[in-house]
Amino acid sequence: MTTNIAPQKKTSAAPAETTTPDSPPVHSDADDELSGSRTRRLIKHILLTAFGIIMLYPLLWMLASSLRPNDLIFREAGLWLTTFEFSNYTEGWNALQSPFGHYMMNSMVVVIGSIIGNLVSCSMAAYAFARLKFRRRSLLFAIMLMTIMLPIHVIIVPQYIIFSELGWVNTFIPLVLPKLLATDAFFVFLMVQFIRGLPKELDEAARIDGCGHVRIFTRIILPLMMPALATTTIFTFIWTWNDFFSQLIYLTDPEMYTVPVALRSFVDSTATSSWGSMFAMSIVSLIPVFLVFLFGQKYLVKGIATTGIK
Amino acid sequence: MSALSEMSRLKKEPQAKKRKLTAAEKKEERVGYLFLAPWLVGLVLITIGPMAASLYLSFTDYNLLQPPEWTGLDNYTRMLEDTRLQNSLQVTFLYVFVSVPLQLIAALALALILDRGMRGLSFYRSVYYLPSLLGGSVAIAVLWRQIFGTSGLVNQVLALAGIEGKGWIADPSTALGTLMVLNVWTFGAPMVIFLAGLRQIPTMYYEAASVDGASKVRQFATITIPLLTPIIFFNLVLQIIGAFQSFTQAFVVSGGTGGPADSTMFFTLYLYQQGFGNFNMGYASAMAWLLLLIIAAFTFINFIASKWWVFYDD
Repeated sequence: MTTNIAPQKKTSAAPAETTTPDSPPVHSDADDELSGSRTRRLIKHILLTAFGIIMLYPLLWMLASSLRPNDLIFREAGLWLTTFEFSNYTEGWNALQSPFGHYMMNSMVVVIGSIIGNLVSCSMAAYAFARLKFRRRSLLFAIMLMTIMLPIHVIIVPQYIIFSELGWVNTFIPLVLPKLLATDAFFVFLMVQFIRGLPKELDEAARIDGCGHVRIFTRIILPLMMPALATTTIFTFIWTWNDFFSQLIYLTDPEMYTVPVALRSFVDSTATSSWGSMFAMSIVSLIPVFLVFLFGQKYLVKGIATTGIK
Repeated sequence: MSALSEMSRLKKEPQAKKRKLTAAEKKEERVGYLFLAPWLVGLVLITIGPMAASLYLSFTDYNLLQPPEWTGLDNYTRMLEDTRLQNSLQVTFLYVFVSVPLQLIAALALALILDRGMRGLSFYRSVYYLPSLLGGSVAIAVLWRQIFGTSGLVNQVLALAGIEGKGWIADPSTALGTLMVLNVWTFGAPMVIFLAGLRQIPTMYYEAASVDGASKVRQFATITIPLLTPIIFFNLVLQIIGAFQSFTQAFVVSGGTGGPADSTMFFTLYLYQQGFGNFNMGYASAMAWLLLLIIAAFTFINFIASKWWVFYDD
């Protein structure tokens, strides 16, 4: 925008500038504009950075506090560390019935199961919605869209009853099975949007070469929709890792606890006595999400943008 | 614009004429349902089936041990007398209607500041977005409990300025506020959506406007905002639906009680206590349906109201 407008603006502003009595003659208006906007830009960056620091300060402070002795946590608002209290981490790691790594493994199992489930089932449904013609497609598609907004609460009670009748409470099945059945409709929608953007000529060429739908799906569509699959993987990872409600309901045996449930039981059992080790384990529990964020940012932002807007 | 516009477009789709299918079309239909099979099974067994069961249970008294006993509208009339439930509704509404607008204003403001080829944009975007990813976790709720505690970080900072703080979470008049702050803190996700929306506005509109001598303020009011209304609408619907279902933070911050004095008793938290604490499964189901109706009503109102203020370019 500015590249087109700027020259025009300058030429029209130049005569006006020379008539103003205050402007020093050696100073061209182009310089003025440049230095003016440069200081403005600098101020903008300073403010944005300051705001960013305020935003992230609680996280940084938790990290710093996780390395402090307990009494200091309540006295030190800064980030500077005078001692490194690594014992918070060793104590926190072993504070519960099982070492914290056990809960991390449990969470990992649920996360990986959910990722596989979402990738397989959602991509299949998306292919059908985006590329195949069948009766009642638009009705089913509308239903699928509506389930995105359905609160889990209207299904959780009967679902719990069914799964407990089947003896699946305190297993990971209630957490993973729904993903294998594409109940995360959000991802179906995301993938439908993506497949619609792929050129249809590719499928048609493959069909002329004698490929069936299964082959078109596995050999052409799936490889092309890697970005959508990556977005799905990353979002599933973060949402499942953070999910608390269903894990709280289905996992009551401490052996089966996942990270959020374990962390919560830690908070309840120790009350306010050992904030250091509680912070330490909170930091540990955030590390996987942070790493996924660090390496998957591109897909996260793209995923939000493409589902938010076409 | 995504799922929402997708839904309004569906109605307009012309109905296909009924006729005999060719062999190829029949085959495609079979393949279609084959690909759709996992989703269809999930729809029936995980979503619609349990929904129907939940509706039935909402008219019964059921505690998991004895078979459900039909009680008609008892659960629903009981809600009218349940003051704790009414309080939980009040808390939830207050939370939604204060924190969602604040969150969206923050998201829009930052998106506007960061817009268009600014140096370091992706860096700032990442920094502001990170809290959205972490905000829903138990770990952040643990942190919030400390930060807003009597001798927590907030009061330590206030003390530096000579202000004496208080136990923000222990005080019923401020406990909910700390959760609102947490929700506003996660403005990054709607901000990213706004940023993508801003990028869709053709620059030629601004060029034409400035040739005509429109000021920046005027351009903002007559170009940016109208063209952004579909995105504002999308974010509003999404965030309202999400905020009505908030659970984790209130649960962890209040230790599962919704306290102090029920001041953080979100509707979902009360539902959890009724269903999975007291095993009043019938009552919890009725509550779930009330929640669904409330969310549906607000989404519907949003859609109706959108006709007046949302501007679609096509």
